[in-house]
Amino acid sequence: MFLWNLIKQDRGGQVLLALLALAIIIVPILNSLPSDHPLHIPTYMVAVMGKYLTLALLALSVDLVWGYLGILTLGHGAFFALGGYVMGMYLMRQIGDRGVYGHPELPDFMVFLNWDSLPWYWMGLDQFWFAAIMIVLVPGALAYVFGALAFRSRVSGVYLSIITQALTFALMLAFFRNEMGFGGNNGLTDFKDLLGFNLQARETRVGLFVASAIALALGYLLCRAVTQSRLGKVCVAVRDAESRSRFMGYRVENVKLWVFTLSAMIAGVAGALYVPQVGIINPNEFSPLNSIEIVVWVAVGGRATLYGAVAGAIFINYAKTWFTTELPDVWLFALGAIFILVTVLMPKGIVGLLRRKESNT
Amino acid sequence: MSQASLLNEIKDKNRVFSFMQTQASPVLNVDKQILLYLEGLSVSFDGFKAINDLNLYIRDGELRCIIGPNGAGKTTMMDIITGKTKPDTGSAWFGQTINLLELDEPAIAQAGIGRKFQKPTVFESLSVYDNLVLAMPDERKVFSLLFAKLNGEQKDRIDEVITLIGLKENHAMRAGSLSHGQKQWLEIGMLLMQKPRLLLVDEPVAGMTHQEMDRTAELLVSLSGSHSVVVVEHDMDFVRQLAGKDRTVTVLHQGSVLAEGSMDQVQNNRKVVEVYLGE
Repeated sequence: MFLWNLIKQDRGGQVLLALLALAIIIVPILNSLPSDHPLHIPTYMVAVMGKYLTLALLALSVDLVWGYLGILTLGHGAFFALGGYVMGMYLMRQIGDRGVYGHPELPDFMVFLNWDSLPWYWMGLDQFWFAAIMIVLVPGALAYVFGALAFRSRVSGVYLSIITQALTFALMLAFFRNEMGFGGNNGLTDFKDLLGFNLQARETRVGLFVASAIALALGYLLCRAVTQSRLGKVCVAVRDAESRSRFMGYRVENVKLWVFTLSAMIAGVAGALYVPQVGIINPNEFSPLNSIEIVVWVAVGGRATLYGAVAGAIFINYAKTWFTTELPDVWLFALGAIFILVTVLMPKGIVGLLRRKESNT
Repeated sequence: MSQASLLNEIKDKNRVFSFMQTQASPVLNVDKQILLYLEGLSVSFDGFKAINDLNLYIRDGELRCIIGPNGAGKTTMMDIITGKTKPDTGSAWFGQTINLLELDEPAIAQAGIGRKFQKPTVFESLSVYDNLVLAMPDERKVFSLLFAKLNGEQKDRIDEVITLIGLKENHAMRAGSLSHGQKQWLEIGMLLMQKPRLLLVDEPVAGMTHQEMDRTAELLVSLSGSHSVVVVEHDMDFVRQLAGKDRTVTVLHQGSVLAEGSMDQVQNNRKVVEVYLGE
């Protein structure tokens, strides 16, 4: 009942959740058809679609802070990558003695570096429950500290965007270093299994797809619950007239801080689901360009709608997959062209275009 | 706090650190019938003295009009009262117990000072109704906002205000698509929801028709008594209408008070005439 109230007046959300429910049912069935069947979906496609869903969840988290709170974050990839690294560390610990060097505890790259014991921050990550907590806690804590410093000193607008960009860039440089103990520029890879399930197995892939779809649905409902509450209205108020909300007695910095932290946690979950499906996490995930791309997804889909962010992320990433296989050299030009066309012709994104069509008929 | 004293505090193990204690704002006290004390205020921007040794007292429940030529420091004065600008010297007290210079904007708003800006600022992408909901003083903490629901009493209050400002039919409309005058009214409505003890109103009738001006004057007069109202205005007819025969009018000039008295006294004051007519 509570859930229905959330999306009662949210057509886009209803459509999105219906599509996700449909995908959860249909995709495993189509995947289990014999491979010569015309409707068969190959397992690698399932993994690709699962990846899109995690990126959609990431876009959702950016839309929550950019669309509703007006914070143009150009560093959200950092929280995504941190969630991914925590998951990667858990997966590395699951390898056990099946690594190339056969060490019972240390991951291969540590053996290669002649380390003789695990660094303290790798402790406990062989337990899934602990990793699951860290997946939200690590990005959340970073966002909280960062936000407390930035928002208390009233950094906003372009300056804040630049600092978020610097944050992810600094993390990228740090994670590139071998001494950090995160595998340096190779990152973490060669994962074997998750919760005892072989990551290469068809069933695990389908399971991860379903988990991503459920995470996206829950993430959507969570974001919608925030935006529909009075807190969400305060967010919009802060976005549109920050000093007015201050003179009304709202502690703008606290509103920003908590919503930003929540968003970082969602991004962390997205990263954790992304890593087992692509099979690798490396410092490139922190690269500033990635974070900018997320903003493009949200802009293309339509800001401050939530479902627009999902649509934009899936559309752009599908286009990316298509271009990089068919016309690899053209992709970056195509991305640029899409962004310019959307900004000029559809300022409210794909969603805005659909809405206009609807109101015309 | 100096580092040494902070260190001493941390060493004392039985003590709750001052930075851990919640700062309860003192209760408003207006025993002396004065709600706002501004004394010896000065502030300068890049050498320009926007406020120069300003002294102003607002009685509890009075309606005070403040006039003055451009650059007289009217807006800066409001900025100081609401915590946006900190003065170089002087003191600002709300009642006898609340030191405004120690508080920031949200704390001052919560203490009971509401402000209406010169340019109407409403939350454009929210509905008229939601604008009023947000102005309610009840919920300000992030987590209680997440679960806040309107109770019957609050709904009645909103209905009352929305009828008073004449936007009942437009309650679901985006505030951004209201006319200029309607936005002014909505902002006044938001102030009413906020139930401040002191209302600072910056040029409320800019862009209003004569009828709307009359209604605004009526409303502001009816508010005085239970609230103190400070109106900054250029429009002399409107000020005359508000001040009537016996209310005090203050003339600001170059950052300090030039004259104070009834409208008639002020208008016949030689210095005021000089400043306004440039003789």
